[in-house]
Amino acid sequence: MAAIELQGVVKTFGPIRAVDGLDLDVAEGICLGLLGPNGAGKSTTMRLLTGQAIADSGSLRVLGYELPRESKEARARMGVVPQLDNLDIDVTVEENLKVFARLYRVGDIEAAVDRALALARLADRRHDAVDELSGGMRRRLLVARGLVHSPRLVLLDEPTVGLDPQIRAEIWTLIEALRAEGTTILMSTHYIEEAERLADEVALMASGRVIARGRPNDLIAEHAGRRTAEYYAPPERRAEVRAAAEDAGLPVRSAGPAVVIVGCERAPDGLVPDEAITRPSSLEDVFVVLTGEELE
Amino acid sequence: MRRIEPAAVLGVMSREVANFRTFWRSTTFSSLMEPMIYLLAFGLGLGTTLVTQVDGVDYVEFVGTGMVATAVVFSSALPAMFGTFVKHRFQRTYDAILAAPVDVEELVSGEMLWIGLRAGIFGTFPLLVTMAFGLDPAPAMVLVPFFCFVTALAFAGFGIAVAGSVAKIDQFNYVTTLVITPMFLLAGTFFPIEGLPEWAQVLSQFNPLHQLVVLVRSASFGFDAYDPVRLAALVVLAFAMWRLAIDRLRRRLID
Ligand SMILES: Nc1ncnc2c1ncn2[C@@H]1O[C@H](COP(=O)(O)OP(=O)(O)O)[C@@H](O)[C@H]1O
Ligand SMILES: [Mg+2]
Repeated sequence: MAAIELQGVVKTFGPIRAVDGLDLDVAEGICLGLLGPNGAGKSTTMRLLTGQAIADSGSLRVLGYELPRESKEARARMGVVPQLDNLDIDVTVEENLKVFARLYRVGDIEAAVDRALALARLADRRHDAVDELSGGMRRRLLVARGLVHSPRLVLLDEPTVGLDPQIRAEIWTLIEALRAEGTTILMSTHYIEEAERLADEVALMASGRVIARGRPNDLIAEHAGRRTAEYYAPPERRAEVRAAAEDAGLPVRSAGPAVVIVGCERAPDGLVPDEAITRPSSLEDVFVVLTGEELE
Repeated sequence: MRRIEPAAVLGVMSREVANFRTFWRSTTFSSLMEPMIYLLAFGLGLGTTLVTQVDGVDYVEFVGTGMVATAVVFSSALPAMFGTFVKHRFQRTYDAILAAPVDVEELVSGEMLWIGLRAGIFGTFPLLVTMAFGLDPAPAMVLVPFFCFVTALAFAGFGIAVAGSVAKIDQFNYVTTLVITPMFLLAGTFFPIEGLPEWAQVLSQFNPLHQLVVLVRSASFGFDAYDPVRLAALVVLAFAMWRLAIDRLRRRLID
């Protein structure tokens, strides 16, 4: 049984088709990265999975439960880490966790809180109010709160958006620990690095649907080859190179003062100028090749 | 109607308790000081110069018993309106709660019960203060917290429904000016409504705060035959407001 099975899911807000025929399976035990730009429909997908949005059509199953009818059973077994901090800031770290342990009907609340505190490395701050914590601690607490009931499935909506690099690294460590335990994770992000580092598989999402899906390296190999060249030059010279690459059938785009040739190892000899910088192709290149849009 | 799980309702209330523990001192202080200030100003000021007795009761005791309703409305309708709006819009608390196995029914029930219990206790403060000003304790006064609780449930439900309906927080001004303030002034707290024009008297019968004022005075000075009807009406209103609050908040919280 897959942890998440979505078929033909549509969710509109008036004229906006936020989710537009979404098919998505997430097998148990994997970390799936839902990678897409702002407005792709990632958060709406997350809200559909927690019953906070009701689909117009399509079928949704989470941990074997049919949504929206059995949403409460599914929610009891799933943890959610929101994109924006919604901790109770005047209340202590420990109380924040206790309240959610109760909401999730945890049997041994003390043990669950201790475990979550250890996970977030906040045991020594348990009696402090949340607004006395640093940004990184707050973020770790937010993640730990979503795990207080040891869920089988965790939804992370852009877990590190807007965080500084050090805090981001801390959160990544937490997510990696979770993966190592075998928890199923659905993580939305618009950071390539986050998806490449944490996800077993990536689903590229654009305009409310999945446009490609697979392991990061497979996706890159299939759509963007091995290497990508970036050529910085005056506009006329760039235009020439671009035309040549297009003639050769290679995906090519402009990026500021550079022309970018994706999968440049496939280019005929002499097409890629010697001065061009080449680097390994990335999921960003895949995304641009498939949609013509940038991710970040 | 879906099944309401006590564990979910209690969980929601426990969050409120955890937060309340960080600000109970100031709330308790003002809940005790407010009626004292009113009683000193109105009761002693007005009572010693213009009126001494109303319906055979000392004016201080008349105002003091009436202020139970004031305490109830200001510790139920307003916290429900502002609290719900802030938790939904600014703190996004409800997003977190609804991602847990808690439905909107349970969320609303927990919030209403907590406000009801709190207002049930704070509602008695004016009565206690008035005793210090000479009100004789009566056995039936033990019912006052219950009367306050039921009325507060109705106003909490109303406040949540309003918060689930407005687009911006400043729209609460219309509700306080057009609904809360007239109800508060025409509850019979400061003057008997029998002195008002006929139409205003009829209107007052539909004012739940007036019914609460009458019930509190009955508990203090003796019940009449209509009191069970008044209580039943408040219970029905609380139930209706509970359903309305659930409906309005669900529309707001579930896309
Ligand atoms: N509650 C809502 N009402 C109206 N439009 C919405 C609502 N939620 C999302 N949308 C719209 O749906 C689209 C997808 O949004 P979202 O799921 O938040 O994307 P993402 O999380 O990928 O950035 C956007 O165009 C957004 O403006
Ligand atoms: Mg989003």
